[in-house]
Amino acid sequence: MNPFSYARPAAVDEAIGLFRPDSRYIAGGTNLLDLMKENVTRPTQLIDITRLPLHDIEETADGGLRIGALVSNADLAWNPLVEARYPLLSQAILAGASPQLRNMATTGGNLLQRTRCYYFYDSTTPCNKREPGSGCSARDGLNRIHAILGHSDSCIAVHPSDMCVALAALEAQVIVQGTGGERRIAFADFHRLPGDAPERDNTLADGELITAIELPAQGFASNSAYLKVRDRASYAFALVSVAAALELDGDRIVSARLALGGVAHKPWRKPEAETVLVGKVANEAAFDEAASLLLAGASGFEHNAFKIDLARRSIARALGEAAKGASR
Amino acid sequence: MNSSTSPFGKPLARVDGPLKVTGQAHYAGEFHVPGLLYGSVVNSSIARGRIVSIDASAAEAVPGVVLVLTHQNRPPIASYDEPYEDDDAADGSPFRPLFNDRILYSGQPIALVVAENLELARHAGSLVRVEYAAEPHHTDLLSELETMHKAPAELPSPRGDVDGVLRGAMLRLDLEYSTPVEHHNPMEPHASTVHYLPDGKLEIYDKTQGVQNCMRYLEGVFGMEGQIRILSPFVGGAFGSGLRPQYQLPLAVMAALKLKRSVRVTLKRQQMFTFGYRPRTVQRIAIGAAPNGQLEAISHQAIGQTSRFEDFTEHEVEWSGMLYECPNVKLDYQLVALDVYTPLDMRAPGATIGVYALECAMDELAYAAAIDPVALRMRNFTAHNGNEDKPYSSKELRQCYEQGAERFGWSRRSMEPRSMRDGHQLIGWGMATGVWEAMQMPASAKACLEPDGRLVVSSATSDIGTGTYTVMTQIAADTMGLPMEQVEFRLGDSNLSQAPLEGGSFTVSSVGSAVQQACQALQQKILDAAQQSPVSPFTGVTLDGVVFDGGRMQLKDRPDTAVELTQIVAVSGVLEVEVKAEPGKQRENYASATHSAVFVEVRVDESLGTVKVSRVVSAVAAGRVVNPKTAANQIMGGVVWGVGQALQEETQIDHTLGRYMNHNLSEYHIPVNADIGEIDVIFVEEKDEIVNALGSKGVGEIGIVGVAAAVANAIYHATGKRIRDLPITLDKLL
Repeated sequence: MNPFSYARPAAVDEAIGLFRPDSRYIAGGTNLLDLMKENVTRPTQLIDITRLPLHDIEETADGGLRIGALVSNADLAWNPLVEARYPLLSQAILAGASPQLRNMATTGGNLLQRTRCYYFYDSTTPCNKREPGSGCSARDGLNRIHAILGHSDSCIAVHPSDMCVALAALEAQVIVQGTGGERRIAFADFHRLPGDAPERDNTLADGELITAIELPAQGFASNSAYLKVRDRASYAFALVSVAAALELDGDRIVSARLALGGVAHKPWRKPEAETVLVGKVANEAAFDEAASLLLAGASGFEHNAFKIDLARRSIARALGEAAKGASR
Repeated sequence: MNSSTSPFGKPLARVDGPLKVTGQAHYAGEFHVPGLLYGSVVNSSIARGRIVSIDASAAEAVPGVVLVLTHQNRPPIASYDEPYEDDDAADGSPFRPLFNDRILYSGQPIALVVAENLELARHAGSLVRVEYAAEPHHTDLLSELETMHKAPAELPSPRGDVDGVLRGAMLRLDLEYSTPVEHHNPMEPHASTVHYLPDGKLEIYDKTQGVQNCMRYLEGVFGMEGQIRILSPFVGGAFGSGLRPQYQLPLAVMAALKLKRSVRVTLKRQQMFTFGYRPRTVQRIAIGAAPNGQLEAISHQAIGQTSRFEDFTEHEVEWSGMLYECPNVKLDYQLVALDVYTPLDMRAPGATIGVYALECAMDELAYAAAIDPVALRMRNFTAHNGNEDKPYSSKELRQCYEQGAERFGWSRRSMEPRSMRDGHQLIGWGMATGVWEAMQMPASAKACLEPDGRLVVSSATSDIGTGTYTVMTQIAADTMGLPMEQVEFRLGDSNLSQAPLEGGSFTVSSVGSAVQQACQALQQKILDAAQQSPVSPFTGVTLDGVVFDGGRMQLKDRPDTAVELTQIVAVSGVLEVEVKAEPGKQRENYASATHSAVFVEVRVDESLGTVKVSRVVSAVAAGRVVNPKTAANQIMGGVVWGVGQALQEETQIDHTLGRYMNHNLSEYHIPVNADIGEIDVIFVEEKDEIVNALGSKGVGEIGIVGVAAAVANAIYHATGKRIRDLPITLDKLL
């Protein structure tokens, strides 16, 4: 951990004004402190944003919810409105980390979690995400936990968040503020694929601060499911996770949302995998078709090819649970 | 065992529990001494080669940094092997930290940055620039198998004609099993706080399973005989990782000697992966049996990895020659030297690996012979150790099978794999036998009757969380007929009476025997003291004629004739005696071992491959149990670890880099609470008058042995799949 200065502003504008290129905002710090201890991230200034007024969950005019960036993962998961209207989000959050971490971690911070690729955390090894141009150790190394979709020659890391998979499926909006004012980013456009710039996880500009997440009114509360498949029952990142949400008319699908975690540099969605379900009877055949479309183009490496088959099975299971209304 | 109030055999809470839950139990990295400096270790990033140069200028320029210690500026240390050969050393040339420019493995300590606080030391450590001349390395056991050499282990000679009998056997199995590298990862990281005393002597708080082992090591390495005292009152788990002095200890001493100041070095979690570990192995087992499952021949070969500088051995294959009746047995043990650190004893070293393979093979035999797995083991039971050609001093293993099976409900099991399900879940029941040696080592203890009538007993053993403080207090209180509150047991100080390493499940047997004998010798002293008075009612009475109970000594046949121990010691002054206990001669004609039968239920998600161990019954025969509460804790912890061994644990190495990559507790998986179902521990009654006077065999290791096999066998029963490569992660079951 390199020496750094520390500031604790009271207002959003003040926080943004303090930002320099080598600054980092810190809230729960559940990931940033690890990264600093391992010399992966070396900020010279920490801007503690925990005193900013971003702690509330409010209903929006169009029937959705606006979630302040500093709402803890625990508070969000157990919020009665979220539990009632967006059980998919609650389930996804509670599938991640541990109670202690969820008490510390914030909504905004969750979006900015960095990959758990072993090489990224070990600063003695080549890693394009940590040190652009140094190479990717994982491609020909230990890659059991790595991407099967959307990877590039320079990076095969995956995004580790569970919450973000649900937010992607729910088509949340990310509200950010920078020196130029506020803008909204569709969740699908917030995280990015690695391409040839894997050091960039998302589309935030330098110094931009996430202030809130907005959820639209449609929460698929009757028929949604979050399935997380991992190496142990708790406190492990997903090998594959699925956020599945259906709007049903009897057993016929009116609309569908489907997102995968643990398989790509961002939560993985494909519009065609969702539209193909529309009008169909919710059954295995339809789910398999959606899985095939969502996994189109998937390719594995030495240790992770199993994830393709696992993802296919997990999608069918999650859609089946959503259709049954398992989350009710 | 004096009276019904004796604490022996009672499930008492730990005597050190209140200190631990109130934060008053201090661990090696928590002792504060004035002017303490903090060290942070810099580790090599290559697996083999040499250091060309170390540029520490940027680190040294950080305000608050007082020293960057390397092989170039360290104080003198011994160069020849002998001083480095600690009590648990493997054959060969032990690792010498900061000795020269050679890099022997990735993660090797190459520098220690010492600063006014830990954060500065760590930061400065990141500024140390090292130039290496890397050489090609090999870290993959499987790709180097052809280089294997015979392990320097004293294996039992082959008996019978294994090859001939295997050729003619009606049932013949040839099986190969593999197990990965695992690291101990006790919750408390290794740490040493070196207090530099004004006279230049060192008083060191160290995390260790052997304070005297560390003392002798440092005395030899630094030529400081009589100038070192090691203290280790509490240890936050060790599992074998503290059997050898680890590198933070000599590094902290080097810095203290160089600076003439007190220094602490605490390893980071990542650095807990930079010394000993359970070795990766490949095992080949051939079994020949009659159609009814009667064993006719067993051949068991283990191939384990070791370092290039030491040949690490453990008892991996011996179990196959001693657990069952089998007239033809051949055992072989090979090592492959790699550019890695030397493995190290870890919870039931050898048995955890070897019995896993044997007990999976026995399950495969049960299916080949179409015999219930418990019935197969009953059929092959023996009360005779074939390796040593001696009877067991006791072996209530059949009771373990019976009571364990009864508790588990084994009789309701159908033999057919995939015959039980619950929705998506396939349910499987599997079992295995566990075995561990019941050893005893020479050990000493001192017993002292204080003027207030309190008994203080001491020995330089450790309590690594197992309950040593508690059970030794129980043994002493029981022997002296005192309430627990009147007895104090001291340990973890190299100045105390000689004790062996705290390991191998032999602490109760060894130190407990010394404690019992010291108390008995103290009773003689008390009687002698009482007889000093010419009018003593005890005149002419021998120890057989008195009873110690409730803080009094009384005549056996006239209990109303009694004297308070406080009255005796008021006249005599403090009474003290030190005794050395040796394993009894009666043991020589017998073999001694603990046994267990482990029954496991698994639930396997048929399409996702996830495995949940929903129930475990472990029935253990370990002689008399001093404290059923701490002993059950031990078994339970062993079972949990066995579940981890079966399903999760694996230190993954990138062979291109020659480096462990999942070196943190996020990616190195051990079971969490949510992984563990019901665990039911049974202690089977086992009377053993041979093993030692306590009749106790020790329970530190037996809990883990056999668990991984029982889980693997249950997974076979659930799914019909034999996975012979641990850990059984979900991808292997898709």
